[in-house]
Amino acid sequence: MLSFDDVVARYEPVIGLETHVELGTQTKMFCGCPTVFGAEPNTQVCPVCLGLPGSLPVTNKAAIEATVRIGLALNCSIASWCRFARKNYFYPDMPKNFQISQYDEPLCSDGYLDVEVDGELFRIGIERVHLEEDTGKSLHVGGATGRIHGATESLVDFNRAGIPLVEIVTKPVPGIGARAPEVAKAYVAELRDVIRTLGVSDVKMEQGSMRCDVNTSLNKLGETWGTRTETKNVNSLRSVERSVRSEMIRQGNILENGGHIIQETRHFHEDTGESTSGRSKETATDYRYFPEPDLVPLAPDATWVKELKAALPELPRVHRARLTAEWGLSALDMQSILNAGAVELIEQTVAQGASPEAARKWWLGELSRHANERGIELGDSGVTPSQVAQLQKLVDEGKLTDKLARQVLEGVLAGEGDPAEVMAARGIEVVSDTGALTVAVDEAIAANPDIAEKIRGGNQAAAGVLIGAVMKTTRGQADAKTVRELVLSRLSN
Amino acid sequence: MATISREEVAHLARLSRLAVTDEEIDMFAGQLDTILQAVARVGEVDVEDVPATSHNVDLVNVLRDDVIDACLDRDLALAGAPDPFSNRFRVPQILAEGE
Ligand SMILES: [Zn+2]
Repeated sequence: MLSFDDVVARYEPVIGLETHVELGTQTKMFCGCPTVFGAEPNTQVCPVCLGLPGSLPVTNKAAIEATVRIGLALNCSIASWCRFARKNYFYPDMPKNFQISQYDEPLCSDGYLDVEVDGELFRIGIERVHLEEDTGKSLHVGGATGRIHGATESLVDFNRAGIPLVEIVTKPVPGIGARAPEVAKAYVAELRDVIRTLGVSDVKMEQGSMRCDVNTSLNKLGETWGTRTETKNVNSLRSVERSVRSEMIRQGNILENGGHIIQETRHFHEDTGESTSGRSKETATDYRYFPEPDLVPLAPDATWVKELKAALPELPRVHRARLTAEWGLSALDMQSILNAGAVELIEQTVAQGASPEAARKWWLGELSRHANERGIELGDSGVTPSQVAQLQKLVDEGKLTDKLARQVLEGVLAGEGDPAEVMAARGIEVVSDTGALTVAVDEAIAANPDIAEKIRGGNQAAAGVLIGAVMKTTRGQADAKTVRELVLSRLSN
Repeated sequence: MATISREEVAHLARLSRLAVTDEEIDMFAGQLDTILQAVARVGEVDVEDVPATSHNVDLVNVLRDDVIDACLDRDLALAGAPDPFSNRFRVPQILAEGE
């Protein structure tokens, strides 16, 4: 069995990614139904999105604008004239028996997205960005674990049917060798950040508003590209990386044993990290695409496109470069912030008054550890940037030591309220009353005469024992530095 | 002359999720042939100077604002479904054994 390292020593991967993003418009692509996530089944439907006879679609202007903005952010050309197409297939998730999509005339084409992995830049070509409608959601019953295989029947909810869906397709990405899994993940992460910055989708992979299909093929070094497979159901950043890796290993082992790769759709399983062969897919000709006769063509006005381009927000890479400079960080520091998903959190904490160093320390330290232990996203720990800024302010004002601040943070994480509330409720405060501290220091000296003698003799390292004793009597609420100064001054000659 | 083969009819039936018998394939092949030949006559027209079109109204950019309209009442939405269950449209098994 070849390992990943064996595979990349013998074969060169080519990857490609197709990402679907549900737009955050108020209404669906071709009708005025709302798009609220998690609504009661079949309560956001109308004759158009149910495909009832006689209904006619009308295109949502906001969806066109959002797609053009995505295209512009990905350095694409915007079509001056294009049409929607019918993609015909018989499957109960589309009530019309066709999906309105785009075929040979995408709204945006031929762009790129620059992606950084450990300081190295990769330019990922964008083949096309097109607009289509999402499908309904099926619940498969009667089989094992809700899967379509073995199910005896399916229950369909059309709330999602017709929600605007943008498909972003990369050009094939060759020449990245062993970096393929990381580059794939970094691309999807960067794309997510770009789209979030544009504010056109909430891009939540766990809720399905961003979904990814990964194409992978292998070829012997210097030879033509191999047969590719398409892995579907890759629904987290971690899975993007894992699916490329596992598919490279699977294909490498087949090829190494003289086998052939079958062009097929595979399904990725989050729990095992492996994929299984999916249903045989229709080919493009089987979909019998033709221009959608119920819609007139789109012809984005060049001036309007220019205005949209000029109004694009600062995009993540540029934004990060600016923050790196402003915060005085190295590229590596920024990379670790990025890897932790902490850019925005730190930025908001700084905006609330904390220094960049302090904000970074909390988010990459205690809070990252907490999130990792629980397997949650950093932003979902329940602590807000504002609370972190408040905590740091208390430290800066000398009302909390670092150690006490960590105790307070525990309380905030446990949902006990803002830092000040946790301090009050738990009775946490720095003993800054020098009178009380001096008494404690004198007690410690009296209890440890031999240590005191050593310190008087110039052995300052011995002070640790006395500091420890004082911290114990003050239940950790004294500032260690102040205690140290007091100890040394009491024992100076 | 037949313009559609039995294999093509069988393939179309599979794409359409229709179970057809051998006799039906022959019957549909004949019927589809008649339709295709009728449509093929359109191809005889000289259209060299006629630009292709997908719509008979010469308009572009018919768009609506992103404003919510009334939905169908759920009972009404499901009223035309033969066998709804749990407020959803119930459909028979989608994939056959081994598909
Ligand atoms: Zn609708």
